[in-house]
Amino acid sequence: MQALRALLVRDMRIALRIGGGALMGVLFFLAVVTLTPFAVGPDPALLRRIGPAILWLGALLASLLALDRLFAADHEDGSLDLILMGSAPLELTVAVKALAHWLTTGLPLVVAVPVLGLLLDLDPLAIGAVALTLLAGTPALTFIGVIGAALAVALRRGGLLLPVLVLPLTVPVLIFGVSAADAAIVGPVPFGAPFTILCALTLMSLVIGPFAAAATLRHGLD
Amino acid sequence: MPLIDLANPTRFLGFAERALPWLIAATLFAFAIGLTQALFVAPDDYQQGATVKIMFLHVPSAWLGMFCWSLMSAAALGTLVWRHPLADVAAKAAAPIGAAFTFLCLFTGSMWGRPMWGTYWVWDARLTSVLVMFIMYLGLIALWRSVEDPSRAGRAAAVLTLVGAINLPIIKFSVDWWNTLHQPASVFRVGGSSIDRSILMPLFAMAIAFTLLFVTLHIAAMRNEILRRRVRGMLMLQAHAQGG
Repeated sequence: MQALRALLVRDMRIALRIGGGALMGVLFFLAVVTLTPFAVGPDPALLRRIGPAILWLGALLASLLALDRLFAADHEDGSLDLILMGSAPLELTVAVKALAHWLTTGLPLVVAVPVLGLLLDLDPLAIGAVALTLLAGTPALTFIGVIGAALAVALRRGGLLLPVLVLPLTVPVLIFGVSAADAAIVGPVPFGAPFTILCALTLMSLVIGPFAAAATLRHGLD
Repeated sequence: MPLIDLANPTRFLGFAERALPWLIAATLFAFAIGLTQALFVAPDDYQQGATVKIMFLHVPSAWLGMFCWSLMSAAALGTLVWRHPLADVAAKAAAPIGAAFTFLCLFTGSMWGRPMWGTYWVWDARLTSVLVMFIMYLGLIALWRSVEDPSRAGRAAAVLTLVGAINLPIIKFSVDWWNTLHQPASVFRVGGSSIDRSILMPLFAMAIAFTLLFVTLHIAAMRNEILRRRVRGMLMLQAHAQGG
């Protein structure tokens, strides 16, 4: 337990230091949201309508950005081997590393939503809906992504392969995240149905992600 | 012959050598019957006309696309749990075939959709989930091609295959969960099939023919993969001998 807490603190500290890249995701998120009006035109009515979708897409891409460093950085300096040899179950260790990653890259995206929502002319209710669905959905993105991060380090090929492998798996999260946000803003579907499915997807990925990633690391790094 | 006997690649090659001519003959025979039934015996639909014939290619390819992922998942278990030496060969050989069947399913579906639905593509739940499966097939193939050591790639691909298997029930039940454009299950359902016998029998004949085609292609691809690995091993030995 103490080892896991130490690992959490260590990972967060590394992410927040120079070269850690914790806030790169938010900057990328800002860049994606800024680019969209140039692509679809600055019509406020249109931006208001597709705003939740843009925010979700931006957050999805931004959460992929730092993923390939999740295990690769530790692998390069040898600390991954030490972590793997520790007494804590590997699944829990992976879950703690993913949690640290979410706290430093996923949570800042949720915090950034109110500001970016203003750029897209969203009203407070819409901003709240998007922030709430992202708060429930981004852990799923991270915990699905952790499988890709483990594959990237086991194969020593991160880069382009990781998004190709991870993006198809994130489709359900994107569908229910956006439809829950839209349900809260314009209806007519009640907010509860898609939102509870989104929460279920997050809970499922909390279980499947660490197990699959741990299996990959165990088989890939021998 | 029990499955464990085929674990030896040399014995598998012998088995493939003996089985392939029979399988090829059976596939040709099944296609001869299936295509005659589908093209000449089965009646045109009273609404769709002759476009209903596309279904005889579309439905078996969709089944085979999903069957192939199930087979790869079983092989993935074989790789991870029992370290069966042929499991990752089977998985690797199946991926391009499954991708081809899934592509055929999407292609024939959109050919049928243009005259019937008035569009090549809609973002319907069934179509989207099959498209996701197609992209995952391509991702798996990319993964296999990006790593040189086959056994390392095999174990990584096995984990990804098992995670991707979550998509299979989503595809199967997508037409029941989300009531969108694609018609619901009509062949295998509670209370019997809702398709007339004159269409159903040719469909089953085509499904058998497609399955035989898949088995033939898969065994041939596994044979090629084993031979490819042997060639690779020999080349490495040769390079080693020359270098040192």
